[in-house]
Amino acid sequence: LIHREDPTGTDNSKGQMLSKEEAGGIFDRIRKYSTADEVEALFYGGHFALTRFANNVIHQNVAEENYGISVRTAFGGRTARASTNKLDEESLERVVKASEDLARVQHPDPDLLPMPDPQERDRASQSGVFAAPPSRYCAETAAITPEMRAEEVARIVRVADQHKLTTAGIFSNSEFVEGIFNSRGSNDWHTQTSAEVSITMLAEDSSGWQKANDPDVGKLDPPALAEMAACKAIQSAAPREIPAGKYTVILEPAAVLDIVGFMFWDFGGQAILDERSFLNNRIGTQLFGENVNIWDDVVHPLQSGAPFDGEGMRRQRVHLVKNGVAERVVYARGTAERMKKSEHAAKVGPIEPTGHGFPLPNEMGEMPINVVFGEDTNAQTVEQMISSTQRGVLVTRLWYIREVDPYEKILTGMTRDGTFLIENGKLCAGVRNFRFNESLIHMLSNVEAMGAPVRASGEESFDMVVPAMKIKEFNFTEVTKF
Amino acid sequence: MKEILGWALNLATQRGTPYADARIVDDRSRSLATKNGKVGHASDAESQGIGIRVITDGAWGFAASKDLSRSAVENTAARALAIGKASAQVKRENVRLAPEKPVIATWTTPYRIDPFTNSIEQNLELLLKIDGELRAVPGVTLAETSMNFKREESWFASSEGANIHQTKYSTGAGYAAHVFAGTEIMKRSYPNSFGGQWQNKGYELIEELNLVENARRVAEEAVALHKAEQCPKGVFTIILDSSQLGLQIHESVGHPIELDRVLGMEANFAGTSFLTLDKLGNLRYGSDLVNVVADARQEHGPGLGTFGFDDEGVPAQCTSIITNGLFTGYLTSRETAHTIGANRSGGTLRAECWNRLPMIRMTNISILPGQKPLTLEQLIADTDNGIYLETNKSWSIDDKRYNFQFGCEIGWEIKNGKRGRMLKNPSYSGITTEFWNSMDAICSRDQWTLWGTPNCGKGQPQQVMGTGHGAAPARFRKIKVGSAYKGN
Repeated sequence: LIHREDPTGTDNSKGQMLSKEEAGGIFDRIRKYSTADEVEALFYGGHFALTRFANNVIHQNVAEENYGISVRTAFGGRTARASTNKLDEESLERVVKASEDLARVQHPDPDLLPMPDPQERDRASQSGVFAAPPSRYCAETAAITPEMRAEEVARIVRVADQHKLTTAGIFSNSEFVEGIFNSRGSNDWHTQTSAEVSITMLAEDSSGWQKANDPDVGKLDPPALAEMAACKAIQSAAPREIPAGKYTVILEPAAVLDIVGFMFWDFGGQAILDERSFLNNRIGTQLFGENVNIWDDVVHPLQSGAPFDGEGMRRQRVHLVKNGVAERVVYARGTAERMKKSEHAAKVGPIEPTGHGFPLPNEMGEMPINVVFGEDTNAQTVEQMISSTQRGVLVTRLWYIREVDPYEKILTGMTRDGTFLIENGKLCAGVRNFRFNESLIHMLSNVEAMGAPVRASGEESFDMVVPAMKIKEFNFTEVTKF
Repeated sequence: MKEILGWALNLATQRGTPYADARIVDDRSRSLATKNGKVGHASDAESQGIGIRVITDGAWGFAASKDLSRSAVENTAARALAIGKASAQVKRENVRLAPEKPVIATWTTPYRIDPFTNSIEQNLELLLKIDGELRAVPGVTLAETSMNFKREESWFASSEGANIHQTKYSTGAGYAAHVFAGTEIMKRSYPNSFGGQWQNKGYELIEELNLVENARRVAEEAVALHKAEQCPKGVFTIILDSSQLGLQIHESVGHPIELDRVLGMEANFAGTSFLTLDKLGNLRYGSDLVNVVADARQEHGPGLGTFGFDDEGVPAQCTSIITNGLFTGYLTSRETAHTIGANRSGGTLRAECWNRLPMIRMTNISILPGQKPLTLEQLIADTDNGIYLETNKSWSIDDKRYNFQFGCEIGWEIKNGKRGRMLKNPSYSGITTEFWNSMDAICSRDQWTLWGTPNCGKGQPQQVMGTGHGAAPARFRKIKVGSAYKGN
């Protein structure tokens, strides 16, 4: 919170990260101002910087420093939240009062639970296992300066220039905190860094794309990603138009992530209670192919994020899909209690808090956000998948995916930045981009081969650990003009 | 606040920057929601900080901080300068800004009732009353209502002498009834999806929307959809309601006319545009009936794209985008205006908050209503065979903005000029210019609504912005219907 008196204009002049001890002091003051039965405070913020390039130049270059606090108060079944990034005494007092004013006027909700105490927070579930995640803070990532980002962009531009291409993308780094304190003595704190690079290479009538992120900038190789994106742009030049229809497709990991991400809202207990999940009446059934296994696992070495949820409960490892059977969903504390009393209780598998709740109060309940796909014992490389394909389409990236039918989980969207025709086991040409209308249930029942799961990053869904997939009868419905 | 802005600008100019601007923004928002008879959430939020934009060595730098102390503001200005110097390591030309006379002004959204002075208890009671109406209809499995208010106060100053104090209010409200039965989930929303209707108004918007009065009908339609026929596949004449046409404009006109997209500046994320510079003044975008403007002025109405000045101090303007079907204008900024030979920005540079760099955003991108009196009922009566579609359910378009597909919540068959049986899952798709060239009728001013789209995403880091879209029901010929469900 305290700026160093060093207006030298280097990135070393950014303020120090908010510490758990400072946050604890702020929470003590918040408690002093509150008249509520219970009070909770979430802390968030940090430093973020992003260098953006297009047309082979840096055209936008930004940095931000911000911290905020979000206060939830509760009076006997009534609760509300108020947030601010002003941390002076007057603002702290005001934010507590705003939260209390919003809570007091409500009708009591008999289902609202007391805030969790440390014992409840730490209790492992019957089937889940809690372990501490690896450190996700990397000093080298936090120390990246604008000059270093510019140098990395210059390397990417050199790749573009060498191939007579135009490049656009971003290189960013951040360090941030997430923390929670409540008046029942529960508290937790998470500090993390993140570095991310995304690169598009554009030719006259084609393009290629790659993206990656990691807490440790040393794990990223921007020039190598630039070469891969350039290769895709060059190989997909002069795209052919082939008719829409059902094709065997090979989705690279980012494309898998972008499309499957649309089903995980449905893997929460509240979505079942609200009867808006495609898993209603389907838990325990063979929904996907037997080769599909999906976990939520915050401690997985390729995963990211804080090991606690919006109420401070420990995130547990949950096996969501086992050999194609939708086994169970995740729960916030309150959702689990409501589910036990509901008409759905007998047909949803294990019901217990799993540490996946959003900050209260909210309507959505919970969802898995640390998704990890299981490894196929016969994992193949993308090259192997291509070589075994008589006729098909290789997809680098998907775009503008939206839900068409919520229960059959039909999604529409476009291919983008590197779509190729495969014939006789080889990439033979770039093709014009397709629109798809495809059911996720259908798609995950038709996975013929999978790669080794990797940490992937896209634009339509959150980051996850997913494999490339070879899928039969993928439904392309239209072709666009490029 | 002027003093604080001065600290930033003084440091930047003392260090030789040819241009700097600074914005302090103080945001306040309230969000209330109910679900199935209970309060879903009740929350307030505020955020304040300063964003400083500079040109150094011919390149941009931007830094932002929540801390408004003198040392922090000067430190942030210094960071912006250092970032600009780093940008200059990878540049080919210096940034050029179109000239703009610096303005000293104050502007506030006209409003009748400050939404933050309204009783929270009464607001929640209204939402719970709507919820009760929705759930009173047998078959409704999920009822959701919401109400949102925002107040954004900003202070802008530039090294050229601009000094602008602006306060914008916006309000939004709406609801939805969901019905799960068998293997289908049906939904109806009012007044629109995306949280209902949104405008730059005070609480008076809530009073104008007839929310309670429409709740039963909306819930009954959601239930009735389960017994409705599947929308047929094929090529049809379609009529779109004004809210769906508003989103059609957003996706297939509003985004492709953003000049930064056209110039490749968004290629990595939001994409580019089929509207390359050679098409200005030459492309037949639509039929003669298609007239679209980008109008941020108050006289256009209380849209989410209405303001006094954009976030680089350029006054609100009206630009003709499509004139009698001909493509005539882009959305521009001071940096991009010269690329189309313009000597002034069109005034469309906006930022989500203090911590984001302003970028070209849609203002109110509206289709002008027909000149002759024409109601929706008259338009249907004038249509032998077709489908009438209402309220968006899904939306998708490629990254150059050619191929689109939209799904709507509900449709009705039109037979011999009469609205017939209800149709479920209606969808349509096409190519942007082919679609707009097929428009052969649009209803008149009395059928025109200025809709708000509160959730337009763009930029890296992504910024969410509200945009306005005025539209009246319109008819399109030979449109592909139903491919969303083909083969599944």
